[in-house]
Amino acid sequence: MDAGFWVLQLLNATQFSMLLFLLSVGLTVIFGLLHFVNLAHGALYMLGAYVGISVAASSGSFWAAFILAPIAVTAIGAVLYVTLIDRLRGAGPMNQVLVTFGLIFVFLDVVRLLWGDVALSLTAPKSLSGAAEILGVSYPAYRLFIIGLGAVVMASLWLVLSRTQIGAMIRASVENEAMAAALGINVGRLFFSVFCLGCALAGLAGVAAAPIVSATTGMGISILIPTLIVVVIGGLGSLQGAILGSFIVGFIETFGAVLLPGFAAVLIYVLLAAVLVLRPEGLLPARG
Amino acid sequence: MKRGLSTIALAAAASLGLTGAAFAETTVGLLLPYSGTYAALGNDITDGFNFAIEEAGRADAFAIVREDTEAKPPVGLAMARKLVLEDEVDVLVGVVSSGVLGALRDFVDGAEVPLIVANAGNDAATGEACSPYIVRVSFSNAQVNRPMGQWLVDQGIGKVYTLAPDYAAGHQMIEAFTEAYAAAGGEVVGGEFTPFGQTSDFGPYLTNAGSSGAEAIFVFYAGGEAISFVKQYGSFGKKLPLYGSGFLTSPLYVGAEGEAAVGVTASLHYVPTLDTPENKAFVDAFKAKFERTPSEYSVQGYDAARTLMAAIDSGAADRASIAAALPKVSYASPRGPVEIDPATNNVVQNIYIYETVADGDGLTQKVVGTVEAVRDEPNGCELQ
Repeated sequence: MDAGFWVLQLLNATQFSMLLFLLSVGLTVIFGLLHFVNLAHGALYMLGAYVGISVAASSGSFWAAFILAPIAVTAIGAVLYVTLIDRLRGAGPMNQVLVTFGLIFVFLDVVRLLWGDVALSLTAPKSLSGAAEILGVSYPAYRLFIIGLGAVVMASLWLVLSRTQIGAMIRASVENEAMAAALGINVGRLFFSVFCLGCALAGLAGVAAAPIVSATTGMGISILIPTLIVVVIGGLGSLQGAILGSFIVGFIETFGAVLLPGFAAVLIYVLLAAVLVLRPEGLLPARG
Repeated sequence: MKRGLSTIALAAAASLGLTGAAFAETTVGLLLPYSGTYAALGNDITDGFNFAIEEAGRADAFAIVREDTEAKPPVGLAMARKLVLEDEVDVLVGVVSSGVLGALRDFVDGAEVPLIVANAGNDAATGEACSPYIVRVSFSNAQVNRPMGQWLVDQGIGKVYTLAPDYAAGHQMIEAFTEAYAAAGGEVVGGEFTPFGQTSDFGPYLTNAGSSGAEAIFVFYAGGEAISFVKQYGSFGKKLPLYGSGFLTSPLYVGAEGEAAVGVTASLHYVPTLDTPENKAFVDAFKAKFERTPSEYSVQGYDAARTLMAAIDSGAADRASIAAALPKVSYASPRGPVEIDPATNNVVQNIYIYETVADGDGLTQKVVGTVEAVRDEPNGCELQ
């Protein structure tokens, strides 16, 4: 195991962390701002992958899929918000969990009806299908693209949240919704926009992951668990929490598989339990 | 009121297709996953089964009752009870998951209902837990992988790294290969079992394999995991040659793996490109009806029906006589000559070693080796 080996595993861990970040940041911001548990977030990720595959198949272009899939998932999210989510906001966590859990199965069967049961996949664009030389090793270019994509999304969200008026409004609403509304912030519209942004990121994660993993009807459910773990470890509602949580889970999953393969599946749950016991509010929660 | 109820019951029976049972000679319970991860396999096996009885012009002779196991052992067992006790089927056909097969074993053995296994490869079902009522026409996990041991050594590959999902089938496939490979003089220099259904990123494992000093990788993955694994293997530049259990590049989903699958060599009991008259006729007719190439799963469903029809042709009519007749069946299947081994009730068949090669825009299977009439040892089975 030379230095190249560790560089490769470091890149693997970073790439997986970025994918987790794209998924968990939407979930955690919706969680923090709307106090809404959206278990259907994984289903939106699945829809992003499937819609992307169909768009790429009909247009012949990965980039068309890359743009259109998040837009389509945002539209689906907007419809969901208007028809269900908004009505459920005061209904208590149990009702929210039951309804969004039900939505998982609705989307699962919709996908089965439209796309069938056989797993599908998306081909990475020609320009990213080869390997690139980085830090003395040869690494799949598409995986580097995912790392770059995650970094760009991370930086943009950080800039918007910390440097713009909308960001200040979002932070104010997370901190104290009633006070923000009293100050003249249209909290309803803000919630809608943030929910749509979360859906767009889920769709983006889906279409971005499709060239690496296969699209199956189970992908939405299987990704939901690590995503929820990221949110719980990182702390509800904060961008920094989602970043930290994604990197912790991504690195533990990857280096667990390298160093302690027998325990790879368990390690992350051990960490989750430890965080829940020692810091139940998460490592970097939005509210202090 | 009573009359109303019986009308409803009749209507319900008609909607389930039970009214046909009065005219059909044999009632078959198809016990397969029609939802969940394995739904694609359940549908493919069903298509193969129906295709065989239609091809023989005997669709009217069978009343078929379908039940969805969801590939979950408790659901599978409940549905088996329903088919046997309520629908009073003469024979059960199906079972994709080895877990479901394990859950059913004692029930079908005790109820004395023949079960034709059309997929589940669990070695124990035709080994130490065998039953005179369980006949397998698909494959055993060991049967598919054992021949690869000697073959890889013959190719001059002395060191391999193994990977498989961490569940019963993954362990059985890799153990059978490892044993045969070691016996032939090869050395497994490392390997891991990845968390089943939770692993979407195989990058860390591929990197481990690359630094293990192995000359090749031998893996078992199926379905969505197979697609993810092969694509990621391709994106990491195919640094080591990839061998595996043939489900890795099954024609059912090899298209989704694309160029990454080219050059992968694996062993399986059926590939659609076999050059025999039986297979060519089968592939042509199947394509004409379903507009797709048959997979090993289609053939397993097809052979389940062929085996059942052969048993009935030999005079079997009820549960006991069908169970007694099934182990005596042998015929020329699209996959080559098949017979049921009376010592274990497992199928005896050729195992084909095939390479996935590019064919124009698509992919096809090139057979590079055939191991004839592979038969499992009884392994504790005492049928004879």
